[in-house]
Amino acid sequence: MLLIHCPYCDETLPEVEFTYAGEAHIARPENPSEMSDDAWQQFLFMRDNVKGDHFERWRHLHGCGRFFNAVRNTVTDKFLTTYKAGAPRPDLAALKEGQK
Amino acid sequence: MQEIWGGLETTSQNKFPSLKFDIGAVNDGAYMLFSAGFYYKTFMWPRSFWDKVYEPFIRAAAGLGVSPTEEDPDSYASRNLHCDVLIVGAGPSGIAAARVAAEAGLKVVLVDENAEAGGTLLSEPQAQIDGAAAWDWLAAELAALKAAGVKVMTRTTAIGYYHQNLIGLCERLTDHLPNLPADTPRERLWRVRAKQVVLAQGALEKPLVFHGNDRPGVMLAGSAQTYLNRYGVLVGQRPVVLTSHDSAWYAAFDLSDAGAKVQAIADTRGSVNEELLAGARQRGIPVKLGRTATATKGRLRVSSIRLNPVSGGKVGSGEDIACDAVLMSGGWTPSLHLFSHTKGTLAWDDDRTTFLPERTPEDCVIAGASRGLWGIEAVLNDGAEKGREVVAALGKSAGAHAYGVAQDRPGTGVSHKELPTDRSAGKAKAFVDYQNDVTAKDLRLAVREGMRSIEHVKRYTTNGMATDQGKMSNINGLNIAADALGRKQPSVGLTTFRPPYTPTSFGAFAGYHRGGHFEVTRKTQIDLWAEEHGAVFEPVGQWRRAWYFPQAGEDMEAAVSRECKATRASVGIFDASTLGKIEVVGPDAVEFMNRMYTNPWTKLAPGRCRYGLLCGDDGFIRDDGVIGRMGQDKFHVTTTTGGAARVLNMMEDYLQTEWPDLNVWLTSTTEQWSTVALNGPNAAKLLAPLVEGVELTEEAFPHMSCVECSVAGMPARLFRVSFTGEIGFEVNVPAPMGRKLWEALWEAGQEFNITAYGTETMHVLRAEKGYIIVGQDTDGTVTPYDAGMGWSVGKAKPDFVGKRGLARPDLVAEGRKQLVGLLTEDGSKLEEGAQIVFDPKQAIPMTMVGHVTSSYHSDAAGRPIALALVQGGHGRMGETVHIPMPDRTIAAKITSTIFVDPENARLKI
Ligand SMILES: [Zn+2]
Repeated sequence: MLLIHCPYCDETLPEVEFTYAGEAHIARPENPSEMSDDAWQQFLFMRDNVKGDHFERWRHLHGCGRFFNAVRNTVTDKFLTTYKAGAPRPDLAALKEGQK
Repeated sequence: MQEIWGGLETTSQNKFPSLKFDIGAVNDGAYMLFSAGFYYKTFMWPRSFWDKVYEPFIRAAAGLGVSPTEEDPDSYASRNLHCDVLIVGAGPSGIAAARVAAEAGLKVVLVDENAEAGGTLLSEPQAQIDGAAAWDWLAAELAALKAAGVKVMTRTTAIGYYHQNLIGLCERLTDHLPNLPADTPRERLWRVRAKQVVLAQGALEKPLVFHGNDRPGVMLAGSAQTYLNRYGVLVGQRPVVLTSHDSAWYAAFDLSDAGAKVQAIADTRGSVNEELLAGARQRGIPVKLGRTATATKGRLRVSSIRLNPVSGGKVGSGEDIACDAVLMSGGWTPSLHLFSHTKGTLAWDDDRTTFLPERTPEDCVIAGASRGLWGIEAVLNDGAEKGREVVAALGKSAGAHAYGVAQDRPGTGVSHKELPTDRSAGKAKAFVDYQNDVTAKDLRLAVREGMRSIEHVKRYTTNGMATDQGKMSNINGLNIAADALGRKQPSVGLTTFRPPYTPTSFGAFAGYHRGGHFEVTRKTQIDLWAEEHGAVFEPVGQWRRAWYFPQAGEDMEAAVSRECKATRASVGIFDASTLGKIEVVGPDAVEFMNRMYTNPWTKLAPGRCRYGLLCGDDGFIRDDGVIGRMGQDKFHVTTTTGGAARVLNMMEDYLQTEWPDLNVWLTSTTEQWSTVALNGPNAAKLLAPLVEGVELTEEAFPHMSCVECSVAGMPARLFRVSFTGEIGFEVNVPAPMGRKLWEALWEAGQEFNITAYGTETMHVLRAEKGYIIVGQDTDGTVTPYDAGMGWSVGKAKPDFVGKRGLARPDLVAEGRKQLVGLLTEDGSKLEEGAQIVFDPKQAIPMTMVGHVTSSYHSDAAGRPIALALVQGGHGRMGETVHIPMPDRTIAAKITSTIFVDPENARLKI
């Protein structure tokens, strides 16, 4: 069972308090009605299936209830970091340097 | 492992037809029947043969266990534990590591699967550690550890190593006790989160693979040594020792010193060290080097073993040596199971012919024999060293300690494929996996038949797939497969170890979560009233809901029919408390509602309510419910019973991550309100005298109104809504007042013959009016237009969740499945889920064009009614479709979904 750091509670807590919520950094377009069918399909359905470092969303469902973002390696299942919703993508190279 | 005690009753699982006549002994003639790949080849045969003939026979012959049919009478516990260092294995290296960690002031847990701590020390009492006899040293050391606060747990198996140093332990508490203490669980599952883990699981002895190695009396040399030194049992008076490792020589010496007349020590190696030869000479034990074993004899127990000299790859002529036991050793395999659970990498060691641990991503070290070391002194010092490593990793320091061991038994050995023989290899039954009856011949056959990877060989032969997960057979099997493939072992590969390390009872995993504690049952405040009034219940999600209220002599059909008629004739009362409820509040509440739901909300005045439809951004219906505007900035949203949590999650997702600028608060209020629905022509008459704050007239409180008022003296939110087509009210009061409200309404309703109804009647009444149930009449591919509810879509809104999705090419295409009514021509009731075709005479397989989603007997319609999704259904009114059933094909006419009161005249007060 993973331990996950909630960036809002600033606590590292067991996985059972959290739910997974799909890939991160996929913003709903401002004006969906103006989008082409292809562009809307890309937004709606197309997701990366990363082997390695994956930007994804989690929700601290049985805690503060907040959605947040994380970088998790899908091979080792290790979290590199978690950060608040709306924050920019962290610099992966710097993160890995920090973990060495 | 099951410890024995006086009075323990056991039965053998492998006793078909009887213990004294092992059917396996006559199976050689039927070898092809049971050879490698048997299970796969068998699937070519008729299925009935498998069920009726082969499977029962094989189960019986193979001694596969019998599953109990009774409920487990025992109880099981579970617990969490956090520590600095968890040490798995309380042999010499584990104890040495614990000592170092404890001295550094760390919180240490030391676990061992055996009844006693000590590991190999228990079987080697001759050793002198730092001048003390092994058992004295062990007793003193364990006492010191406990005094230092180390938690020592025996009969505790580490069954799995999970992410971030979470280790599962199964502690067996009562199986060894003749008298069960009261209120004691049989087993306790521990979830241990350790900062550092030391794996000191030791090594497992391998059998040698030769014809006849399964005869009773042939056993591992290490087992014989443990029987003797630990339990005082001499397994044979005249044993022969057959080995490829030095360790078995010491077993021979111990048995000899205990009075056995060891007939011979046969070693596969051409030379061994002088100390061993001297030990044998001194005891008068004949030594035979460079030997192979080619057969054993004996009925029910081994009576002789045939040994042949091997030189230059040639097997010489054999001699039979009489014996009453054969003690074999094919060397030792480091126990890497938990290490492998961590995704630790292994490296092949050519000298030791085995895999050794390499790297692990977890905070974990591996010590002693489990990383290939041998001898008590070596593993003690390694344990201490690894202890210092984990202490340092936790930022502490520990002093060095060098152990000195006299009478130690270091040694080496070699590893083999099946031993060479002078007989036809095709006739040899040399077992590799004793549990699954896999022989060397099976493995070679698998390679001949094209298996190239060890994963394939394993599955084809079932080698290593029994409950021991290949602890005894993996390396021998790999050596043989690699030889057959002409490749090195690491290029053939090792199969993956998976948890649990040993078979673990389901009870231990379930722990407290069984029976009534398996899952919560949510009950409303009115549940007990329903129970007292004879309700039959059905589960809806986690809720249990009153399904119907049968009276004496009524079956379900009769009860539902009575409830439906009574509601339409006078008034029915229904517990709607399970409806999901979400309070949407804030200055931007109306904007939020406009964006979430398909409907427009801006013009809905406070005090009015509206049926809301929720779609996903793909345009498909997700949920629905009546939503009341309680104030300018406050909405009382209801959801389906099963969808409440999903809807709130979806709302929170959009609010938090897409529209964080909106000033809105979302609160689940499902459990805060008790909700009672009154429906029927007399509903207003019944309710009006109890209501303060609003007149229940068509003018003052028209259909689709909501108000905060008081009902029977209780603060209430009153909705005038109808899910039945009759005059309807939903009264919400603070949850604890639910039963009081229900009873007040029940009392007041007596003059109107008020009737309590359950979910089945609710379903019938709504279907008669064509009201959908999301998840029953929709399936995640149905749009508001498909469901005939285009009127709920606010087309003028610039955006809402699902607006763009509804314009996708496939969602506006012709020929979509659309919700319609069905009336059968013969007046029969359709089956929900039945498939629909246009042309019943077409060839099979027919083109299916939809299915029946809801179907009920309807007294109000005077015939059975159904709802269905049918391709292009809205354009096919009046057409006939066909529903093929096993015994006949039913014709049905497509109709409107509304079967009762299409003009809604009955809604008027
Ligand atoms: Zn949180």
